[in-house]
Amino acid sequence: MTANSLIQLSLYLAVLLALAKPLGVFIARVLEGPASGGGPRIGLLERGIYQLAGITPDREMSWREYAGAVMALNLLGILAVYAILRLQGTLPLNPQGLAGAPPDLAFNTAISFASNTNWQSYGGETTLSYLSQMLALTVQNFLSAATGIGVLAALVRGIVRKTSTTLGNFWVDAVRITLYVLLPLSILLAVLLVSQGVIQNFRAYETVQLVEPLTDADGQPVTTQTLAMGPVASQLAIKQLGTNGGGFFNVNSAHPFENPTPLSNFLELLAILLIPAALCHTFGVMVKDARQGWALLAAMVVIFVPLAIATIVAEQQGVPQVAAMGVDAAPSAAQAGGNMEGKEVRFGIVNSALWATATTAASNGSVNSMHDSFTPLGGLIPMWLMQLGEVIFGGVGSGLYGMLMFAIVAVFIAGLMVGRTPEYLGKKIEAFEMKMASIVILIPPLLVLIGTALAVAGPGLTYVAGEETKGNLNNPGAHGFSEVLYAFSSAGNNNGSAFAGLTANEPFYNIALGLAMFAARYWLIIPVLAIAGSLARKKYSPPSAGTLPTHQPLFVVMLVSTVLLVGALTFVPALALGPIAEHLQMIAPK
Amino acid sequence: MKTLVRPAIVVFVALTLLTGVAYPLLVTVAGRALFPRQASGSLFYTSQTPDKPIGSELIGQAFSAPKYFWGRPSATAPVPCNAAASTGSNLGPTNPAQLAAVEANVQRFRQASGDQTAKIPVDLATASASGLDPHITPAAAEYQVERIASARGLSANEVRQLVAAHVEGRLLGVLGEPRVNVLTLNLALDASASTK
Repeated sequence: MTANSLIQLSLYLAVLLALAKPLGVFIARVLEGPASGGGPRIGLLERGIYQLAGITPDREMSWREYAGAVMALNLLGILAVYAILRLQGTLPLNPQGLAGAPPDLAFNTAISFASNTNWQSYGGETTLSYLSQMLALTVQNFLSAATGIGVLAALVRGIVRKTSTTLGNFWVDAVRITLYVLLPLSILLAVLLVSQGVIQNFRAYETVQLVEPLTDADGQPVTTQTLAMGPVASQLAIKQLGTNGGGFFNVNSAHPFENPTPLSNFLELLAILLIPAALCHTFGVMVKDARQGWALLAAMVVIFVPLAIATIVAEQQGVPQVAAMGVDAAPSAAQAGGNMEGKEVRFGIVNSALWATATTAASNGSVNSMHDSFTPLGGLIPMWLMQLGEVIFGGVGSGLYGMLMFAIVAVFIAGLMVGRTPEYLGKKIEAFEMKMASIVILIPPLLVLIGTALAVAGPGLTYVAGEETKGNLNNPGAHGFSEVLYAFSSAGNNNGSAFAGLTANEPFYNIALGLAMFAARYWLIIPVLAIAGSLARKKYSPPSAGTLPTHQPLFVVMLVSTVLLVGALTFVPALALGPIAEHLQMIAPK
Repeated sequence: MKTLVRPAIVVFVALTLLTGVAYPLLVTVAGRALFPRQASGSLFYTSQTPDKPIGSELIGQAFSAPKYFWGRPSATAPVPCNAAASTGSNLGPTNPAQLAAVEANVQRFRQASGDQTAKIPVDLATASASGLDPHITPAAAEYQVERIASARGLSANEVRQLVAAHVEGRLLGVLGEPRVNVLTLNLALDASASTK
């Protein structure tokens, strides 16, 4: 690892952690409402929405009502995206005359964006009109992020409240988060990104005269280049901040119009982890013990940093077969070196590898390099970070409520060790909570492993072949298997990044991955809210001598071990068939 | 049920109008007012035809004449650097097709440079992520200096000076990687030739 890599990584972490605290405190104020004092007051816009909608902001919801409201807003979102994509050919703001999306693609994309996954089965600039990007995708980027934070807020209220039947009002949470957190941050980030060269316009694709004409494969001269245009910055800002990740362009944030400079890259990378990190502090404020938030954040950082370093090292090592062809891949003052296939010169190794780790630690899923072309171990780490359940930062809201499920399991295991009823923050963890937490933790691995098995073994679907590339795969052998495993790991944990060589825009993958994304999101939200409801009803049990303190290093170690053990035990066999097998092939002497 | 339908529809429609219409329009207006050139794609115009762009500073173009610096291999179809359909190769590191592609890139640069024996910088042997990478590393520019000098009848040092003037360092010496914009460098080469 070069000295500059360490400096860039340290700078990133320092800025992230410095900004997370104030933002987290502010988000807590927004969620606690004006009653708490200090948060933004109910503004004109907010009041207008409540009046039109007939919402009484003070009327709180039970966990069932809260879940019903979450599902209603999300189902409306799914239907709206589906309709807009199907009809985009007849709708305005479509200067390229792109046709409506086929049903399976519209189904996949609607669930993908509503569920905060943002898997891209489509290739942005060749498939979607400007209207679809704005009115369908950008809107869901906001609403899915607000949904995640809302569910988290309900869970935290469940932990904090004593013998209560209600968890807050979802409409109020969604509206306030959107108006006071997501929109202002997005506007600021979008304008900063435009200053760097991210485009924001509604013009038809621009045609430019090439400096040197080319000839195409048929020998015909090509004298012009067509540049895709569009309202990119506005979609991009919330895509990064809301851990959405669905890019405006096919290659996402590797596209120079989506990520033109080292500064734009730094800001976008910061935006990936900013809100998930801030929410740990939000948690600390809401439970009135900042140390509890720090403990969760520490567990995330402890897992993230070594994995980021390992990815940088793997990519910097490069591919021995390439070096053997007389290629200079050694880092120097004049080049980054390493494995540059599928990477951009302005990002080099460190920013590509750091992004790959951050985007899969969070359930963001945007990319600034092509993960499919990473070295086997460099690709294993992003895949594993998704498989850990998207709790190392994770999605906005969803990452932290997932991590809190692991915290419940961790205190349960600790309770078993000493033979007493476990507690978390003064609430007894009993059979119901454990059942629900187990469901939340086990559903994603089931989706990933069964989905992968179906895709590689099902007759007539696609299969991993020996030397030849078969079916939907872009690569033969172990790497082909990795492409399928990565796709289901991404959909089954609502990440959205891909080993993009896999041809996923066809009915089997569109439907299978669509169903996986739906289950991974909503089958988890409902048990999480059920736990929230159950905890809210409980009495406060004051800590005793036998209580495991959940703000100390011992708890951080327990939590990290639980996350890593579940992730390792579940996925090492599958990883051995994919990236590990490929790594051994790569380093084997010929 | 009625207590669910009305808030759901009103909140959805209101937030859709705010985040899907008002927000992108606001950013468009602000972008156009503050950074008009960047918002519309950082386009270059020639002095002869001021309304006709010849490229974007941010989007790579494919070059194959010996007198120009060549950018990175591009995996877009049907032509390299197709900015209407960005893509990477998505070939895995052990894929025979990937190793063949690297070999072909190595041969192409080596032959063009008169079978130079120096090692080829890795960014010239591998395809970029977007297929539109506008940059090469300073090492990759240096590798091509001799070829351009002899194709243009310049001394290697003259070309080297031009390259050095076009190297962009890391931001504040820390962020990103050193790089050279191929299109602006080539336009500068052409401009220096026409002023001679």
